[in-house]
Amino acid sequence: MTAPLPEITKDLTIPKLFLKQCKKYGPNKVAMREKEFGIWKPYTWQDYYENVKYLCLGMLQLGLQKGDKVAMMGDNRPEGLWAEMAALCAGGIGVWLFQDCMVDEVKYIIDHSDTKIFVGETQEEVDKALAIKEDCPKLKWIIWDDPKGMRHYKQPFLKSIKEVQALGRELDKKEPKLFEDLIERGHGDDICLLFYTSGTTALPKGALLSHYNMLTMGRNLMSVDPCYDTDDFVSYLPFAWIGEQMMSISCGLQVGYTLNFPEEPETAQENIREIGPHVMFAPPRLYEGMTRRVQVKYIDSTWIKRKFYEFSMKVGYHVADLKFKKKPIPLHWRLLNWLAYILVQKKLRDHLGMSRLRHAYTGGAAMGPDHFKFFHALGVNLKQIYGQTEIAGISIVHRDGDVKFDTVGIPIPETEVKITEQGEIISRSPSVFQGYYKNEEATKKTLVNGWLYSGDRGFIDEDGHLVVFDRSKDVMTLRDGRPFSPQYLETRLKFSPYIQEAWVIGDKRPYVTAVMCIDYNVVGKWADERKLNYTSYQELSQKPEVYKLVKEQIIQANKDLPEVAKIKKFVNLFKVFDADDDELTRTSKLRRAFVEQRYKDIVEALYKDTNVVHMDTTITYEDGRQQRIKIDLAIEKIED
Amino acid sequence: MVNTPPKSQQDEILLKVEDIHMTFGKVQALIGVNLEVKKGEIHSIIGPNGAGKTVLMNCINGLYKPQKGDIYFKGQRINHLKPYQRAQLGIGRTFQKIELFKGMTVLDNIRLGRHVFLKSGIISGSIYVGKTKKEELEHRKFIEEEIIDLLEIEHIRHKTVGMLPYGLQKRVELGRALALEPELLILDEPLAGLNLEEVEDMARFILDVNEEERWKVTCILVEHDMGVVMDISHRVLVLNFGNPIADGPPEEIQKNPEVIRAYLGEEDLYATRR
Repeated sequence: MTAPLPEITKDLTIPKLFLKQCKKYGPNKVAMREKEFGIWKPYTWQDYYENVKYLCLGMLQLGLQKGDKVAMMGDNRPEGLWAEMAALCAGGIGVWLFQDCMVDEVKYIIDHSDTKIFVGETQEEVDKALAIKEDCPKLKWIIWDDPKGMRHYKQPFLKSIKEVQALGRELDKKEPKLFEDLIERGHGDDICLLFYTSGTTALPKGALLSHYNMLTMGRNLMSVDPCYDTDDFVSYLPFAWIGEQMMSISCGLQVGYTLNFPEEPETAQENIREIGPHVMFAPPRLYEGMTRRVQVKYIDSTWIKRKFYEFSMKVGYHVADLKFKKKPIPLHWRLLNWLAYILVQKKLRDHLGMSRLRHAYTGGAAMGPDHFKFFHALGVNLKQIYGQTEIAGISIVHRDGDVKFDTVGIPIPETEVKITEQGEIISRSPSVFQGYYKNEEATKKTLVNGWLYSGDRGFIDEDGHLVVFDRSKDVMTLRDGRPFSPQYLETRLKFSPYIQEAWVIGDKRPYVTAVMCIDYNVVGKWADERKLNYTSYQELSQKPEVYKLVKEQIIQANKDLPEVAKIKKFVNLFKVFDADDDELTRTSKLRRAFVEQRYKDIVEALYKDTNVVHMDTTITYEDGRQQRIKIDLAIEKIED
Repeated sequence: MVNTPPKSQQDEILLKVEDIHMTFGKVQALIGVNLEVKKGEIHSIIGPNGAGKTVLMNCINGLYKPQKGDIYFKGQRINHLKPYQRAQLGIGRTFQKIELFKGMTVLDNIRLGRHVFLKSGIISGSIYVGKTKKEELEHRKFIEEEIIDLLEIEHIRHKTVGMLPYGLQKRVELGRALALEPELLILDEPLAGLNLEEVEDMARFILDVNEEERWKVTCILVEHDMGVVMDISHRVLVLNFGNPIADGPPEEIQKNPEVIRAYLGEEDLYATRR
C-alpha cells in the first residue's frame, strides 16, 4: 500500500514516470475509470499505456516534433489525459483550454501558443477549432474523439483519435522501440505544460512549467499528506485548471491512485458519491455549492429532521471550535459528537460523497470562514491551500491538527515564503515556473532572483501561518483610511444560500455598497412558496420581496463588522456574473476592473441620492449571440 | 441547411395518405388530404391553429378512424389496424401535450417504449434467468447507448418525470418514442413551449435521428416554429381549415402566395424565433 514515492531527479520526466508505473502495475491494477452508458468502465495501466503509446506515435506520424504544442479541450475523460500524456511522451508541450472558452479566447491561446495539433472532445470543440483554423496557420491537425454529430465533417485535416491511433500502430510495427526511446530522450528541465492563467485584468499569460516543476510539487504535497495507490480520486474539474493537473498528474502519477471520470459534468456530484474519493481538491465555489445544497434541503425538510440537523450542527460547530483552538475535547462532547455523527453527519457526508474522504483541499480563491467551519462541523478534514499556476500548483497547506480557518497554512517542504516590505507574498521552490511564453516583460516582473512575486497581499501570523489578505490591487481603502478586503465581505455574503455572487464596492468612497446576484434556483423556489409570480431572473431579482430577502442577508453579513465597512446600499443585478461576459475569469474570480467599467452607471447611482438606475446593455450567450437588455434597477438603503 | 435524402431512397414511399376526410359532427376537420412521405425525409405539416394537423396525425397513428380515404404504410393498407398494431409496424409518435407517466422515472418511461419487443414469458420473467436476463441486458444496452446518450439525459435517468422541467419532459417523450425503434416518427409540436436553447437542442436531436446511420428515421413534423421547419424539412405540407393548400420543398412553400396569405403572412402571430 504505502509504496515509497519515486525519487525525483532532474533526469526524471512525467513520461518516464508514466512508463515506470505502467510497467509496475500493468494489467493488474485499474489506472482510471469512466462512467459511460451508466456503467463504470475500468482502464488498467496496461490499457492506459497502449492508448497513450499509439496516440503518441500517431501524433508523430502527423508531424509532431519535440517542443511542438498540442492543445486540448473537452470534459474530463480518459481520452483527454491520453492526449496530454501522448504529447508529453513525444516531447511535445501540453496546452489546456477551458471547455467553455469562447472562440476569441480559443483563437488567442491557439495562436499565441503556436499550437500544431488540437485535440477536442466533441463537435462543439471541433467547431471552435474550425472557426479559428484560418487565422491560426500553425494549427495543422484537429483531432476529436466523440463521433456524435461529426457525420458531415470531411475536412482533410480532421482525424478521430482512433484513426490517429491506427497510424501509431502502423509506426509501432515498423519501429517497435521508438516509443520508449522517445521517452528516454526527455529531461526534467524540458517544458511539459504551457498553462494559460486566466488573468483578472489583462489577456491570459502562458506560464511555462517543466517536468521537474510538476513532479517536485507533487512530491512535496504528498509528503505532507500521503496518498496510497489504493485510493480513489474523482477528476471532474477542468484540466485547464492547475489544481486538477496537480491532482491527476503530479500527485496521481507518483502515487498511482485511480482516477475516476464522471459520466457528464451534470452527473459529477452523483458520480462522486458513487466513488467516495479519499482525497478532493476544489475551488471554494464547489464547496459553497455543497453548503448551499445542504441549507436548501434543510429548509425543505420536516420539523423532526430540522431539529436533528440543528442539534448535530450545534455539537459539530462546538467540537470544531475546540479543535481550532487546539483544546482537548471533553468526554461528554465526544459522546454528543458521536451521536451527531450517527444521526446526521454520517448521512450528510455520504450524500456529499465525503464518506471516505481523508483530506479535502480548497484553494484558488478565498473561502469564507462560515463555509470553512461548516465542513469542519460535519467532521470533514477540509484544509486551505494556497498557490498559483506559476508554482505548478500549491506552495502552502494546512497540516492535520493545525487548521486555522482564517489562514492558508504553512509552506510545503522545499518551499520558502516571505512577505516583502510592500506586503506582497513571494515564494521560492523547485516548482517555480520557467517564465511566461513570449512575454519577457511579465516574466521579469514576476520572477526576481528566483523569487516568485504573487501579486497577493498578506502576512505571516504568530503561528507561522500565511494569511492571504487579497489581491494587492483589489485591497480597498475605507473612508477612515483602513485597508479592507472586499473578497472577505463577499465570501461572507455568499454564505447565504440565496446569494450566488456579490461584488463589494467602496475603495476611497464615503461608504461601502454591494451589487448582488441572487441564486435563481433557491430564490425561485422561495418565491414559488410565497406565490410570487415571475417569468425570468430579471423580473425575480427586482421584486420588492426579494429585495427584502437580500437585505436581511446583508444585515446578517454586516454584523460584527466595523461601522465603516458595513454595506449601506445595494442593488440586485438583473443577471448573474458570467465568464462568457468577461465578468468572471474561467476559474470564477470576479474581474473587478472590468465590471467597474461595465456597470459604471450602477456604481455612480449607488453613490448618488437616487433609488433607481436605468440599465441598457447587451448580454452574450455561449454561442456568441447577443441580447439587448433594458431595465430599471432599484437601489435599496440599509439603515442600522 | 436543407438536405436531400440519399438518391436510392428518394422514390420509396413509406407512408401514403389518400383523400382522407374526417368530420366531427358538422365540423369538417380534414377535407380530402393527400400526403406522401418518402423514406428518409423530414416532412413537415404546417398551418394555422385548427387547420387539422393533429387530426391528421391521429388518423395516421390510429387514434381516429377517418370516414373516407386510405392510409398505406410500406405499401400495406392500415386503416383497420389499432394504434398498438401500427406501433408494432414501426409508427412512433410524440404528443403535443406531454403524455408521459409522471409518477415513473425517466428510465421506466423509456423502457415502456420497448414493451413491444419483450418476448420472454411470465415464468422466466419471474425468476430472471436465461432468456429474460439476456433480453433485459440487450434492452438496457440499447436504451443507454442509443437513447440516453443521444438525448443527453444521463443526469436525469433516475428522476421522476413529473418533477422535471417541461423542456426535459419533451426530451423524455422523444426518448420513449425512439425506444420503439420506429421507421416513421410523428412529432406533434415537439418545440412548443421550449426556450431558445431547448429548441436548438431538440432540432439537433431530430436531425440526428433523421440522419444518423444508426437511426435513419423518417419524420413527420407538425410545428409552428417556421425557422426550424424551413431549416430542417425536406418537404412541407400546408393545411388550412382541413384543406391542403400546398405541398413541396421549403423554398417553394415560402414563396407560395396562397400560403403566405393563409398562414405565413401572419408573421406577428407565428413569430419565428430569429
